[in-house]
Amino acid sequence: MQDIERDVRAFIRENFILDGQAGDLAGDASLTRHGVLDSMGVLELIMFLEQRFGLKVPDEDALPENLDSVDAIVRYVDGRLGAGAPATPPAAARAS
Amino acid sequence: MRPSPTRRLLHEGLAAQAAERPGHLAVATPEERVTYAELHDRAARLARALQDAGVRRGDRVAVFAENSATAVAALFAASTAGAAFLVVNPQTKADKLRYVLADAGAAALIADLRLAPVAAPIASELAHLHTLLLDGPADAVRAVDGARSVAEVLATTPPDPRPTGAIPLDLAALVYTSGSTGNPKGVMLSHQNMVFTQGSLVQYLRLGPDDRILNVLPLAFDYGLYQALMAVHLGATLVLEPSFAFPAQIVRRVRDEGVTVFPGVPTVFATLLAMHRKEPIAMPSVRRITNTAAHLPDDYVPPLREMCPDALVFKMYGLTECKRVCYLEPELVTSRPGSVGRPIPGTEVFVRRDDGTPAAPGETGVLYVRGPHVMMGYWNLPRETDRMLVPGLYPGERMLCTHDFFRKDDEGFLYFVGRSDDIIKSRGEKVSPVEVENALASVPGVREVAVVGVPDDLLGQAVRAYVVRDDGAVLDEREVRRAAAARLEAFMVPRDVVFVDALPKTDTGKVRKKSLMEGVPPSA
Repeated sequence: MQDIERDVRAFIRENFILDGQAGDLAGDASLTRHGVLDSMGVLELIMFLEQRFGLKVPDEDALPENLDSVDAIVRYVDGRLGAGAPATPPAAARAS
Repeated sequence: MRPSPTRRLLHEGLAAQAAERPGHLAVATPEERVTYAELHDRAARLARALQDAGVRRGDRVAVFAENSATAVAALFAASTAGAAFLVVNPQTKADKLRYVLADAGAAALIADLRLAPVAAPIASELAHLHTLLLDGPADAVRAVDGARSVAEVLATTPPDPRPTGAIPLDLAALVYTSGSTGNPKGVMLSHQNMVFTQGSLVQYLRLGPDDRILNVLPLAFDYGLYQALMAVHLGATLVLEPSFAFPAQIVRRVRDEGVTVFPGVPTVFATLLAMHRKEPIAMPSVRRITNTAAHLPDDYVPPLREMCPDALVFKMYGLTECKRVCYLEPELVTSRPGSVGRPIPGTEVFVRRDDGTPAAPGETGVLYVRGPHVMMGYWNLPRETDRMLVPGLYPGERMLCTHDFFRKDDEGFLYFVGRSDDIIKSRGEKVSPVEVENALASVPGVREVAVVGVPDDLLGQAVRAYVVRDDGAVLDEREVRRAAAARLEAFMVPRDVVFVDALPKTDTGKVRKKSLMEGVPPSA
């Protein structure tokens, strides 16, 4: 789970952020309400999760309770990986 | 029968609804459900608190907040206190917030607590800004210097605002919009302007008191603001969402709340259609779909009707300076492809040649707009005002020159041809290239920058920056975008960054943007 969190924070830091607040972004802080993600950003986040963790994020999962904070994303990805998604991460993730 | 309350001032509509249908749901947000009686009570207490703090008729009150019931109450509170409100997009960064608050000379600021790190230092720096109210848990607010909590104010202030003597000619709102000079301009709207406009809009949209109007757009954007104003004007329900960031959540809310009016911009509809293609969406409660800000492609209409079989689809065009210019009757969407229709009720338009004579049917000219919806002018900007407001039909009367190019067919239907300034419209929001250029020019490693809009199917236009790097500077696209994101609202951040060796210029030193775009075509 720590690896998931590290990857997610790195992605957000590199692609979105922010007035230099990336480091102290609380795990439960709303990403959309803090102006980190907008609707385009959410789509980019989903593409990142699908690539990095080999998941398929269906539209009905694209909800704030799954994706609107670092903690929520980690919980969601961890739950999905545990529920029968591929155990080995795809090549792209291993290579990084 | 009770005498019906007057409705000449913007906030009198809220008082009327609180008297007529106190128990009807006024605002539903993910956090709370507020009736008309409660919304009116909240606005009345806040208004009295603003007055007690020294806000007087003619002052300006700023609201810097996410879409929330308190934000809606705050607008009506400012109006009730005799002041004009301005709404600042919660994504706004410190420099621009300071500029807007100083330009407006705001006396009071009502903000979300989570925005206090940006807002509080600026509030204490501006001498004219004497009151800071923060919406959030009272003990957390106490930790912020000089701030009072909205919750505490509501609990301790009576709902008895003092009469102000305001009349319909008074300023009701400043709506800030991007200007070609780089600094946003405050569009001045009177009570008369706004009361007229909300009535005209609900008339042609054929809305009524039982409608449930969705709003996912920021209240700082006049299209978002008017969803709230129309709802209160009608005594209807406003279903308020903080954003369109989670489309699946919006679809769920539409179903749960039985939303009947779905206002959007093309990017919103494009996202819904993309979802619909993967797995069909059904939103049978929706009766009206409205689009503005950028052209709704004609081929969006059939799939939107699949999702919402009973919906009338309205294509519209407008600019903040008069809120809305025209709309196409939904029954004509297929027979008048590409048209944005005819003027809204109670207004008229002219298409004129450069010499001021009327353009013939089919001939392109500049669009002029005449009606009670036309702004009073730009705050503190008499020269820009005179450029936009030109002599009307009667002595002393003024009408709006949009500076946009249009043509009219022989039945009076309007077709948008193009803009005459270089403002970019991306995701339905106006982006000033100069504002983005100024922000990027301060990035270390950037020597020169030119910003243009390039055509984009989804965004209308996408923001592109051409950057000349300092000698030896190692700066990549991502770093430029990140630096832009730290300085600008998200919709202004360039989607792509093109590095060039030099910017082509005219003899007078002006950047030749056309040649730049020819050098790297839009599809690059």
